[in-house]
Amino acid sequence: MKPITSIKSKTVSLQTADIDTDQIIPARFLTTTSREGLGDKLFHDWRYNENGEENPNFLLNNKENKQCEILLAGDNFGCGSSREHAPWALIDYGFKAVISSKIADIFKSNALKNGLLPIVVNKLILEELMNKSGETLLIDIEMSKIITPSNIEIKYEIDEFSKYCIIEGINQLGYIQRHNKVIEKFEEKRIWTP
Amino acid sequence: MLSENDNTLFENVWLEHEVRPESKTNPAIIYIDLHLIHEVTTPQAFSLLRENNLSVRKPNLTIGTMDHSTPTLPINSFKDIEIAGKDAANQVRTMMQNCHDFGIELFDFDSKNRGIVHVIGPELGLTQPGKTIVCGDSHTSTHGAFGALAFGIGTTEVGHVLATQCLLQRKPKTLLIEVNGKLQKGVTAKDLILAIIGKIGVAGGTGYVLEYTGEAIRAMDMEARMTICNMSIEAGAKSGMIAPDDITYDYLYDCPRSPKGKDWETALMRWKSLPSSSNASYDKKISIDANKLTPMITFGTNPGMVVGVNDPIPENSSDSSFNKAIKYMQVSPGKPLNEDPVDVVFIGSCTNSRLNDLKAAALILKDKKIANDVTMLIVPGSQKIKYEAEALGLHEIFLAAGAEWRESGCSMCLGMNGDTVESGKLSISTSNRNFEGRQGKGARTILASPLTAAASAIEGKIADPRKYIE
Ligand code: SF4
Repeated sequence: MKPITSIKSKTVSLQTADIDTDQIIPARFLTTTSREGLGDKLFHDWRYNENGEENPNFLLNNKENKQCEILLAGDNFGCGSSREHAPWALIDYGFKAVISSKIADIFKSNALKNGLLPIVVNKLILEELMNKSGETLLIDIEMSKIITPSNIEIKYEIDEFSKYCIIEGINQLGYIQRHNKVIEKFEEKRIWTP
Repeated sequence: MLSENDNTLFENVWLEHEVRPESKTNPAIIYIDLHLIHEVTTPQAFSLLRENNLSVRKPNLTIGTMDHSTPTLPINSFKDIEIAGKDAANQVRTMMQNCHDFGIELFDFDSKNRGIVHVIGPELGLTQPGKTIVCGDSHTSTHGAFGALAFGIGTTEVGHVLATQCLLQRKPKTLLIEVNGKLQKGVTAKDLILAIIGKIGVAGGTGYVLEYTGEAIRAMDMEARMTICNMSIEAGAKSGMIAPDDITYDYLYDCPRSPKGKDWETALMRWKSLPSSSNASYDKKISIDANKLTPMITFGTNPGMVVGVNDPIPENSSDSSFNKAIKYMQVSPGKPLNEDPVDVVFIGSCTNSRLNDLKAAALILKDKKIANDVTMLIVPGSQKIKYEAEALGLHEIFLAAGAEWRESGCSMCLGMNGDTVESGKLSISTSNRNFEGRQGKGARTILASPLTAAASAIEGKIADPRKYIE
């Protein structure tokens, strides 16, 4: 994971609530054994028509939106399955952050492990941001705040450890491995046997 | 032995597995007792091990099965798995290779133990009270029915567990759901959990571990309890749990991999100390009256959009997501669904594919025929359930009614193996997700109990099963 400390980009919004991971990437594309190249499949069934052509009414197909790195999404984004293919597809497409009023637990955890920043703000703020969709936001990850073009600062909460891992580009596996001694000790006195 | 603390069931399990407790700055390190794996969410995790030259820390705590992209038509040879497509075949082969290379036990095609990952864990007795259980699959919450702390993880975390047998976790909050009263005839655990999700919403459980309690839960057998815990994730919850009791212990006693002899006695003592203390406090509590419930169905594109089987679906609202769902489902607000023709009926999935579910369907289908235009697929949750059902002659009832009887697997629950619902068709399914396109692109899914699904197959439209049970 590359360290990142800030994100500056235009926003694009999908206002629908409860966007589940089957919408982010349908199950039929999960037969892959790699994590690369899933961006083409992102929001596949919303993005392409039956004949495989791009649906011109879908926002992400709008040329201006293709460069956006910040996705504004309706409440309860990423619910449903645990497939990590969902954040992989978002990242492969080019997103670096998702802002919503609620983000499903497993999706959030998966996103953080891949350097996709999940940001939760309250509903009113999300509405405001969506009303101004297309504006350029600066996300200051170190300070946990979003800065709008008119210099309004929006603080958000993020788990300290996850933030630290993103800023330093830390791989969480390495962190667990450094506790090997404690794990060994635990195993010695572990009571639940197979 | 009664609990000597004021902890909840969840806290009792959590505390026993803290390798290192959480602090303000760092998450807890939690030890994992049982890791279940399947072909879809593991290849990238094994690649991670290979790239970093790592081995699996405790191969005997991981068990593999193949369920998602495997065919449910009988297969004679390994070559036949090409049916499901080249990529699926490659994924299945990769799984075999990975389990072989890393020394993990895998229930292969010819294994009598193969089946849906959340069906075989309990069936083998691997799922036990007080264990921490994870799988790269959100419906891992199923195993909580035994009083285990069980939750779905992503592929990166699958890699963490393989390499270290541990996970980094923040302690979730607790929500107690008390279900009082009794479920009426024809009303099942599936109807109850749909009603619960309808009540708290698809994000109502986000950040929480749910604990189900109350008279109606205590009266349930293990299969029904699994149906309840299975769908906890559909309310956004991390996990669902039910305190173990005599019903749990009876179920486990004979299972092939449950503790035996003296080990059983020791385990039983520990299990009995797990349930929440009567003084335990929860972050939130709700209660539900089971007496009043009717069979439930979904009408929209998430499992929180539910109504009673005969009730009208809600009127138009200004909510754009609601309207989008109504449009996708091609249903009319203000009207009940019981006149809508059904094209496909699916009985299966980790929610409702166990022996009692099949028995329930057979009860309705016995000596009856399904409607002419209906395709009905009945897919047992595991090979073991398939053999048991066949020994009881259930498959003959299904076949005589005009349904298809298949090998075990996830099948039409998510349509990865070629078992899909055609675009625009209406499917009534005993699975757990009615998301857009879940059963195939453009497929319209209605979730229901096995009883409701079977009754609907006979009538060719959504039907109330209660008139078939007297
Ligand atoms: S049956 Fe459906 S929900 Fe259950 S594990 Fe398989 S795909 Fe997932």
